Amino acid sequence: MQRLIIALISGLIFGAGLVISEMVNPVKVQDFLDPFGNWDASLAFVMGGAVVVTLFTSRFIMKRKTPIFADRFYMAVKTSVDGRLILGASLFGIGWGLSGYCPGPGIINAMINPAEAMVFLPALIIGGWIGQRYSA
Amino acid sequence: MLEAFPTQPLLGGILIGISAALLLAFNGRIAGISGILYNLLFNPLSSSERGWRMAFLIGLIGGGYLMLPVDFELRQGYSPILLIASGLAVGIGTRIGNGCTSGHGVCGIGLMAGRSMIATVTFMATGIITVTVLRNFIG
Repeated sequence: MQRLIIALISGLIFGAGLVISEMVNPVKVQDFLDPFGNWDASLAFVMGGAVVVTLFTSRFIMKRKTPIFADRFYMAVKTSVDGRLILGASLFGIGWGLSGYCPGPGIINAMINPAEAMVFLPALIIGGWIGQRYSA
Repeated sequence: MLEAFPTQPLLGGILIGISAALLLAFNGRIAGISGILYNLLFNPLSSSERGWRMAFLIGLIGGGYLMLPVDFELRQGYSPILLIASGLAVGIGTRIGNGCTSGHGVCGIGLMAGRSMIATVTFMATGIITVTVLRNFIG
């Protein structure tokens, strides 16, 4: 129960952060990805602000043997850089640029711009399913 | 012209960082949205594994809802073909690359994971190339 409440609160803060930061505006995201054109650098402060917090807090969190409400830290199994990582990240960036949506803002746009989200989200899920099959 | 300081992006980014720190500190989990979504949709999970992921996604939508309405103009008439191609590429890419902006860009870099740093540089680069090509040679 404690873990569910933490996950809910964490999600709430994340969702609020995505809207406040304007990451949910795909035109602004595309402007951010357009340094040779109509560049809007302000979204660099989103990842910048988030990473400053996670860099600072992770140092203290990972000094603990276990998380506060769980038996262990569930970390990524893979640590090496391989072709799949590069291919996957490359494809993700292309997709991100094509619409201005990454997964979180895509989900929240079901409430903001449903006309686009109802095209983007099914494609995202089908793509994830294809990727899953390719991963297996 | 001096541009206004991007208070909202910075504030939103700090909130996203706090969210990721909470999930890691209390539950030992990475706040990676693509991974949470796909594990929920495609992998058989125990009820507790399913539960926290659902709680996070419900929270994500609820937290967004609380901040509405947005003060930007909605994009209209964007090419459905681009939206479909985008969704497919984001879906395939984040699944085989094990993460998106949140998992690699926010959590992974925070944990100083080399894979996440490489992934973030890569998706930023291909994102920039894509928008540059889209706006200058196609759009």
